Amino acid sequence: MEILQQLVNGLMLGGILAFVAVGFTLTIGILNFLNFTIPGLFMLAAMTLWATSTPGGYPLAWGLHWALAALAGIVVCVVASLVIERFTYRYMKAKYRDATEHALPLVSSLGFLLIFEHLAITLWGTEPHRAALPFADSDLRLGGLVVGVPQLISLGLAIVLVAFLSTVLSRTRLGRALRAIAENPDAATLMGIEVNRIVPVVFVVTGAMTALAGILYVASYRTVTPFIGDTIATDAIAGMVIGGLGNVWGAVVGGLFVGMLKVLAINFFGSEIEKIPVWGLLLVLLILKPTGLFGHTAIGREKF
Amino acid sequence: MSGYLAGILAQLAINIVVAYSVFLPAAAGLLNLGAAGFVLVGGYVAGGLTSLAGVPLLPAIAAGGAAAGAIAFLVSFPILRTRGVYMVLATFAFAEVVGGVLLNIPALGGASGLSVSAYASLPVVLAVTVLVMAFVGWLLATRFGLAMRAVHDDESVALLFGTNLRLTQVFAFTAGGALGGIGGGLIVHQFNFIDVQTTGIMFSIFVLLYVLMGGTQTAWGPIAGALFFTLVPEGLRRLSATIPALGFLEASRYIVFGAAVVLVMMWRPEGLVTRTLVEQVFGALGRRPERDSGRGPERDLGRRAGTRRETSPPLDTAPRPEAGDG
Repeated sequence: MEILQQLVNGLMLGGILAFVAVGFTLTIGILNFLNFTIPGLFMLAAMTLWATSTPGGYPLAWGLHWALAALAGIVVCVVASLVIERFTYRYMKAKYRDATEHALPLVSSLGFLLIFEHLAITLWGTEPHRAALPFADSDLRLGGLVVGVPQLISLGLAIVLVAFLSTVLSRTRLGRALRAIAENPDAATLMGIEVNRIVPVVFVVTGAMTALAGILYVASYRTVTPFIGDTIATDAIAGMVIGGLGNVWGAVVGGLFVGMLKVLAINFFGSEIEKIPVWGLLLVLLILKPTGLFGHTAIGREKF
Repeated sequence: MSGYLAGILAQLAINIVVAYSVFLPAAAGLLNLGAAGFVLVGGYVAGGLTSLAGVPLLPAIAAGGAAAGAIAFLVSFPILRTRGVYMVLATFAFAEVVGGVLLNIPALGGASGLSVSAYASLPVVLAVTVLVMAFVGWLLATRFGLAMRAVHDDESVALLFGTNLRLTQVFAFTAGGALGGIGGGLIVHQFNFIDVQTTGIMFSIFVLLYVLMGGTQTAWGPIAGALFFTLVPEGLRRLSATIPALGFLEASRYIVFGAAVVLVMMWRPEGLVTRTLVEQVFGALGRRPERDSGRGPERDLGRRAGTRRETSPPLDTAPRPEAGDG
């Protein structure tokens, strides 16, 4: 039972990781761009939700209803994501044609990560805050297993959204345009796809997914600091690589796998060991089978 | 010299050493997001040697550098199998594994970090830094430095011209790792402390950022990057301390740094200090480094016609004039 409970906990953590991993895998699969602002966006959504729903005492503490606060978090992230698109991907693309050649977007996105983290530190300080949300204590008890409702929602939502995303990618006109850009942006332009209008879609989706993950994280764990994004996002990167770069279902599987691996490792070996299995596995996988479990061989190669 | 100034100077020197540990692989076209890994290895080995085994300071720092270099050599073979984004992730994963392993060695302090009593005073730190700078400057002036640049610019063409690709990259990675280890030895003995938390993900990100911001074309770039990274946040902090109206700068100084990174990447994608800039500066000083002319055609266009070289530079190992002090 103990093990089963741990597996459930791992699955729940994995649900959030899967969300973030899907954001990573979309930008890397379509734009060949490792978007390092995602930890910042994740944290920004979580902190915005906490701050705007707090009755007072902090900047932006407006005491909003939690649903409005969550919406504020998503809006902030989508807007921030569009700003990132403008200043990293599009700018490099316009000026240097093949944006990925110089590793520039990657570096700029690290710059944006710094900006976001220190913006949160400037506004709200480094100490942990506790969000008071109404549904935070609602745990389901299923025959001795404790399942958090927010976690359950995040897992379900992750699967539904990814199913939706993969349908969009494979069935719709927009999806076809995105896949064309993924394969060859220049050829896509020649085929009449307006790259500069389609690419922001990727950033909006990434921003919204990451924001949702941050909101579900607050709903599940309630404590926020400006640094929550770092661990979650690095674990999500591990999940993404395990699933294979550019594969949305792979990201879900990888995220769930990393979540369970972490929880089980902490359970059996203590909390200080948690980094070794995830990153050790990732290192071995990168060296032996860099395409991950379901990845496409062409993505991420030869380019930064 | 006041203690404050000495502290800044020591921090700057350490930042320069760590910058070169990322610069060397970067100059050979390898992005290393795992600087923390090598710094941790060097710091823990050197710190462990002085505190647990009573080894004198300088041999301990050298041993830390050697240990980090040896590990860099060993991991370079598997890591060099990866490319692009995968390499960034692999070096990143490597640093995380190193941190995770060190966290679980109780003899070295575990999660509470390693405290040592041996102290590296400012002259020691500066002397080591000057040695490192001289080494990098010399290395870039050799034929090997030329090979690194060739590999950085185009691997296939470098291979075509008979450059030993694998050797060049392995050596650049190993030397970078060793310098990171030396930097770690300096850190642990200057601050009498090192731990996995502060030398973590953000550390690696910061180092990579200020190196790329400074520019990886010349050995001056990392110095410029380290200067910017050390002095600008500190200057903003001082400014906010003296002028109360600017108090917000205290907390937000790294926002300025992040914004500067984004802007530099937009306007000077090759970094603040480029080969052309170094050339212009030395040209203005009347001693233009002649071996600095073998770059791409797009930069030749930017040069004044009168300074264009008459003959091709020989492919020998004559040191570049600026190399010795960079």
